[in-house]
Amino acid sequence: MSTKVKKMLFILSKGTIENAYAAFVMANGARMEGIESEIFFTFFGLETIQKKKIDHLHVATVGNPAMHIPTMLGGLPGMEALATKMMKKEMEKLDMPPIGEFLEILSDSGCKLWGCKLAVDMFHLKREDLIDQLDGILTIGDFYSRADEEGCQLLFI
Amino acid sequence: MKKVIANKEIDVNEEGYLVDFKQWDREVGECLAGDCDIVLTERHWDVIEYIHDKHNKEEALSIRGIKKSGVIDVKEFYSLFPGGPLKKATLIAGIPKPKSCI
Repeated sequence: MSTKVKKMLFILSKGTIENAYAAFVMANGARMEGIESEIFFTFFGLETIQKKKIDHLHVATVGNPAMHIPTMLGGLPGMEALATKMMKKEMEKLDMPPIGEFLEILSDSGCKLWGCKLAVDMFHLKREDLIDQLDGILTIGDFYSRADEEGCQLLFI
Repeated sequence: MKKVIANKEIDVNEEGYLVDFKQWDREVGECLAGDCDIVLTERHWDVIEYIHDKHNKEEALSIRGIKKSGVIDVKEFYSLFPGGPLKKATLIAGIPKPKSCI
């Protein structure tokens, strides 16, 4: 059996900027290495592919010890916005694309983007609320069937 | 290590990337492309020219840079250099493999 990774499937379940970038950087990195990649957006991960919300994602400042901000302060109004602004500035320096542009790059690179049917129904979203680049809305069963091949890895974020 | 490319002895690293850009010419580029099963067209050369220009200016290459280049879009870039476009394009262009994660 070959051990080569041929396809990476990501499940993005969170709507914070740091988690979105983790999925996007890895999915893009896979394509850049000639590995197939796909992302399944579920629950709060759907925030990252909603046209209205795409430019308003935040980094989580509460309940995240690695931020080194005391939880009490992290919860103050404006803290998330401030931390997000600082993070975006650092990302821009590294030429990391904003979320919307990153999704365009992923789609153009051949990375498939899927919405989770259950979560789309639960949040009462319509197809037109989601980005044009979305390849479709799938059940988890449909998504698993896309994983059914040798050299495929699934990653939950 | 040394490798014979286009009847010339050329210094390459263990991944096959040229160590010294001065040893590169169009013939070498064509041979390196052939090793990747790519036949170079005018569009490929447009991209290689863009990559050389960035390299000369010591600007880092990234997929976002390709998108903004005005030379080529991401979709065509992937179709011209299938299976890892930036990796292959830089190999053919005779410059080091990009170190960026994006």
